[in-house]
Formats: sequence, C-alpha cells, structure tokens
Amino acid sequence: MQPLGGMRRDPAPSRWAYRWNRLWLTPLFRKLLRVGVPVFMLVAMVALYLASAERREALVLQYEALRQAIQDRPEFMLTELALEGASDDVARQIREVLGLSFPVSSFAVDLEVMRRAIEGLDPVARAELRMRPNGTLDVRVTERVPVILWRSRERIALLDRDGIRTGVISTRGARPDLPLIAGDGADAHAAEALLLFAAAAPIADRVRGLVRMGERRWDLVLDRNQRIMLPEEDPVAALERVIVLNQTRDLLARDVLVVDLRSATRPTLRMGEDAMTEYRRVRGLTNGG
Amino acid sequence: MTDLYQSQRAMRNMRRAAMQRGVIAVLDVGTSKIACLILRFDGPEQIRESDGVGSMAGQSSFRVIGAATTRSRGVRFGEIDTMQETERAIRTAVQAAQKMAQVRVDHVIATFAGARPRSYGLAGGIDLAGGPVSEQDVASVLAACDVPDFGPDREVLHAQPVNFALDNRSGLGDPRGQIGNRLACDMHLLTVEASAVQNILHCIKRCDLELAGLASSAYVSGVSSLVEDEQELGAACIDLGGGATGLSIFMKKHMIYADSVRLGGDHVTSDIAKGLQVPGTTAERIKTFYGGVVATGMDDREMIEIGADSGDWEKDRRTVSRAELIGIMRPRVEEILEEVRARLDAAGFEHLPSQQIVLTGGGSQIPGLDGLAARILGQQVRLGRPLRVQGLPQAATGAPFASVVGLCLFAAHPQDEWWDFDIPAERLPARSLKRAFKWFRDNW
Repeated sequence: MQPLGGMRRDPAPSRWAYRWNRLWLTPLFRKLLRVGVPVFMLVAMVALYLASAERREALVLQYEALRQAIQDRPEFMLTELALEGASDDVARQIREVLGLSFPVSSFAVDLEVMRRAIEGLDPVARAELRMRPNGTLDVRVTERVPVILWRSRERIALLDRDGIRTGVISTRGARPDLPLIAGDGADAHAAEALLLFAAAAPIADRVRGLVRMGERRWDLVLDRNQRIMLPEEDPVAALERVIVLNQTRDLLARDVLVVDLRSATRPTLRMGEDAMTEYRRVRGLTNGG
Repeated sequence: MTDLYQSQRAMRNMRRAAMQRGVIAVLDVGTSKIACLILRFDGPEQIRESDGVGSMAGQSSFRVIGAATTRSRGVRFGEIDTMQETERAIRTAVQAAQKMAQVRVDHVIATFAGARPRSYGLAGGIDLAGGPVSEQDVASVLAACDVPDFGPDREVLHAQPVNFALDNRSGLGDPRGQIGNRLACDMHLLTVEASAVQNILHCIKRCDLELAGLASSAYVSGVSSLVEDEQELGAACIDLGGGATGLSIFMKKHMIYADSVRLGGDHVTSDIAKGLQVPGTTAERIKTFYGGVVATGMDDREMIEIGADSGDWEKDRRTVSRAELIGIMRPRVEEILEEVRARLDAAGFEHLPSQQIVLTGGGSQIPGLDGLAARILGQQVRLGRPLRVQGLPQAATGAPFASVVGLCLFAAHPQDEWWDFDIPAERLPARSLKRAFKWFRDNW
C-alpha cells in the first residue's frame, strides 16, 4: 500500500537486481564472465573473419609476400658461385647440376640437397658447400683421381682406386699412362688390381693388362700373347713367385704361352709350338742315346 | 511432531552444509532494524576437536566478514506484518553484507522477537536395560517426555534438554556412559505461533536463501549478553527491542524460561509523537538524542527545539523542556518494566539462587534506565552489552546488536536440541524395512 505523499526512492534492491548481484558474487560465474566471454569473443571474431575463403587466401598471399620480401633482401642474396678444386670439365658439370641462376635468395637453396647432387657426379669424391656472408656460394670439391682403366663390353672407363668410375674415354690411347683391366666385375677389385700392377713393376714394360676371369680371379696378360693365370687366393704372392722365377731363370723370355698358378701346389707351364718340338727332339736324343 | 522434527533436522543438516562451505549469514529480523552478519568459519579452532572448548570459548572459530544494518519495514511486534516490505528490507541488508564480504551466501540463520513465545517444562523418564547410557537411550528419554497440548497453530522453536537424572542423581549435564537403572530428563520447550514462522520462512525463501536455523531472539540475546557465571547461577536477560521486549531466564547454562512482552521502544516513540505532536521520525530523533527516565532540576532548563515544517511560525518554533520529554517517556518505560516484572514473577524468578537481571537491546540505552529498572525489577540490575566477536564492526558492538551477536554464537555452537538425537528405532515407521534388510543380511 503506497501511502499518500511523494514517491521516495526505495533503497531496497529489486528482486532481479538482488539476484544479479548474487549471481555476480558466484565465483564460477564471475570467472566465466571475466575469462570465458572475452576468450569466446576473440575466438568468434577470428572464426568469423576466417570464414570466407577469399579472406583466408588474401591472408596467405600477404604472408607469402612478406616472407618473400624478407627472403629477397640483399643481405640474404647469393650472387656468385665460387668453385674450388674442380677442373674445368667438372666445374661445367657442377654448374649444370646445380642449375642456379644468380642472384638467388639463400633461403631458396638447400645446401644438403646440392651437396648430394654434386657428390652424385662421377668425378667428384667429396664436396663442401658454404654460404659466405658476402653472397658467395663457396663449393669446395675433391675430385676423384683416375688410376686405372677398365675396358668393359661397351667402353673404356676411368676408375679411381676404389673402383668408382670417374669418367669415360673413347680409346686406350687417350690415357696410355694408366694400367688397363678388363672383364666383368673387374671394377669392384680395382684395388687388388693396383697391388698386382705394383707387384708386376719389374716386368712393367711387358704387361698389357689384367683380365678378370669368371668374376673370380685375375689373368695377367703380357705381350707376345703370354698369360699368367693367378689364383683366387693371394694372387700377389703367386705373381711375385713368377717374377722371381723370371729374374732367376728368365722364364718369361722363353717360349712359354701360359704360366698357370691357379693351384699353388701344382704350377703348370704351357709351352709354345716351337718349344714343344724342340723339347721333344731333345728328349728323343737323350732317350734314343 | 514428527513433521517438525524432520524440518528441524533438515535445518540442522543445512547448517552443517553451510559450515562445510565455510560461509553462513545470520539475520535478525527486528521491529526497528534488520541486521545481517556474514560469518566465515575457517579458523584453526575448527579443526581442534579434541580441545573441547577452544580459546575464547570457541568464538575464534569464526569471523564476521560482512555486516549490514537497515531500517526495518513491515515488521510489528517482532512479527512480519507486510511481507513484501520485509522481504525488501531483508534483501537490502543481505546485499549490503554480501557486498562488504565479497562472497555469496546461501544459508542463513534467522531470529525474531515476537510471535508470542510460550515456555513449557517437560519431564520424562525411561527404565534402562542396564549397562552404560548410550546415545540411543538419551534419544529415547527425550522422546518419552510427555508433550503438552500447545495448540494446533503453534510450532516448537526450541526443545532443549536441560537436566538429566540417573536414579537418584540429578543435575547431570551428559549422562552418556554412566550406569543406572532409570534415566529421567527435563526438557525446556519453547513454542511460537506457526504463522509467524511460516511468514519468515516465506520471506527468506523469496530472497533465494536457505534457512539453516531459527532461534528465539530472547534466547540468543541471553547467550550473548549474560556472562558465564550469570548463566550458571541464574539470571534473566531482558532484551528491550523496538516492538517487543524479550526476556529469558538462564540457569545452569541452560535457558529455562523465555517470554516476550509486546511493548518496546516504538511505543515510547509513538508516545512522544502523540504527546509533542511531531512526526514519528522526529520523535525517534528526539528520543535518541534527549531521552531519559530520571528528571533533574537541570532538565527543566534544557529546552529542545522540536521543529516542524508546517509553515506556521508558532508551530515550527516550538520548544519543549527535557523534563517534559522525560515525563512522557518514563510512564511507558515503567509500564514495560512492570510488565516484565509480572512475567518474571509468573515464571518464579524469585526462587532462583541468584537474581541477576541484565538489560540489553536498543531500549537499554536510555539514560538512567538502570536506576529505574533497579526500583522495579530488583537490586541486581546491570546493563549488558554483547560479547565481542572477531571482525565485528565497531558500529555493531552495542547493546542493540545483542541478539545478532548471540545468533553468531548460536550458529557456531548450537546447543543440543531434541532433534539432534536420532529418533528411537522402535518409533521409526521404516522399522519393517529395516527388519527386511536384517533378514536378508542374516539369511544370504
């Protein structure tokens, strides 16, 4: 009942104001409103903005452009390639393999991939790549040194001491200084072949080359069609025996076609036609006499 | 009776829940003011159960973290008269206290002064089977008390066991564990009008609060303003409130009688308003500034400007001497005290070993009241102020706040009441179910 007289302001909170006040004092509600609502608004705003595909695309493009702008700054640009330790031919191959068109951003090149590509080249043993601060891509190459020729069925290849191909030549005459090996699978045993050539140094002027027989053992081929058949096991020792025999008894100067050392317990000689008839004659003389 | 028992038990459970949460509000719905305090229970005292009564009689277990007082509206004689107005006043007080405490409270313990309390002394006894007295026996003896017919529209507010007797030994505080053949108990039962309780329940429910307890204002002001030896030896606490004057008699630390006189400070104010022809607010101001009950020669010369805003110069410039004011106030105060005297006589207060009378409540602040009360009530009269509790604002430490401070103590350490004990097993209607359970347990 409102008594007569002016309306005085009621100091009491209304029912809803009171409830709102109590709700506001509830810890969970307070936390929800103070943390949950701003977080939700932020997420909703971002989600709304990103809802359209073209805005997303524009954002990505903007990002890419910015990224490109930073990458293309002159501080990060590579301007030249400095090759070290590569011959002209190899250098040309390396440039071809890298396929870089300078200037290029240093972010765009992957040194590890490039190193693998360069090391994939035949004549290169090892490569070190380094970006210098002045914008030089420094490539230091260790080339393989060809030490032996390998005549395979198709061509003559240059091999280094590990038997890895470093190049191809068309004729034997192009590299007369290198020893020659032949036969299937010979390249895998190039190191052994080099040892054999070293052991055959006393008769080096007569050596034509080594032939891998049955991918198993070596034949040393000399001029005058002479052949030294070496065993599978320990061919160097066998060859040294022949060398010693040659030095003491002048074995290889005689009319011997084949020195067969394949079995260490039973070394065999095959003589030439003339030597054979001569031998028979001498034997006949002594027998008949 | 079981209905009430259940509702009181529910309130006790609510109180326990509030204690676990640690925050509870106490609310004094008075005729002139509504006071709300918010208590926080988290002190170290709460954990130390083994100490029995803690330091400062256990009051350090709680702390007042919010306090608010507002002018009461819609309450007459300590009973709710206009529900909406009271509800608004309660909301104001609770919201202000919550704002101060910065916590939300859901549980409230309330007190009120009016609703015509009536005391009954109950007695009951049972024969024990032998062996020590168990809690179940205490519950049985409490249930064995013969309840008087207090009428259909009344509710039990307090039912406190006051005294236990085992065989020929009486005056036991706690009979548990003692051995005897017959256990008897005296119980003090306080009933109030059911409608007042329902009104207050409704108001508090409308404020989205849960009621965790109800107490009589006379009882809780006695708890807060009587000192320990007064409670022990026998004393009466007279709470001179705005619309009702409560009185409670304590003996051996138990309330043994409570009553209320439906007269209070508001009647004094209305007398002044009528006598001096001033509005109620002016009368209240004059009463609090210049009021008194003993006139001296000096008071004849002290002129009080009454003032008014009628526009008539003669009326607006009226003055009245303080002696005249005292002449208006004194008969009404005497009437209140005479009425209290009559109630005390009816209760047999003169048979108590000590007859200390403690005046508290807002009305006790009238200057010279102790002299007047001594002439009417007896020589042993003092003015009481409530106990100091932790965190209570200075403004709320005076005599007007005796009942709300007492309610804090009541919230922290309620006395055992009848409903704190389980109802005896043979009275449970669920007995057959229990037997079925027992049968299952025994046979399976």
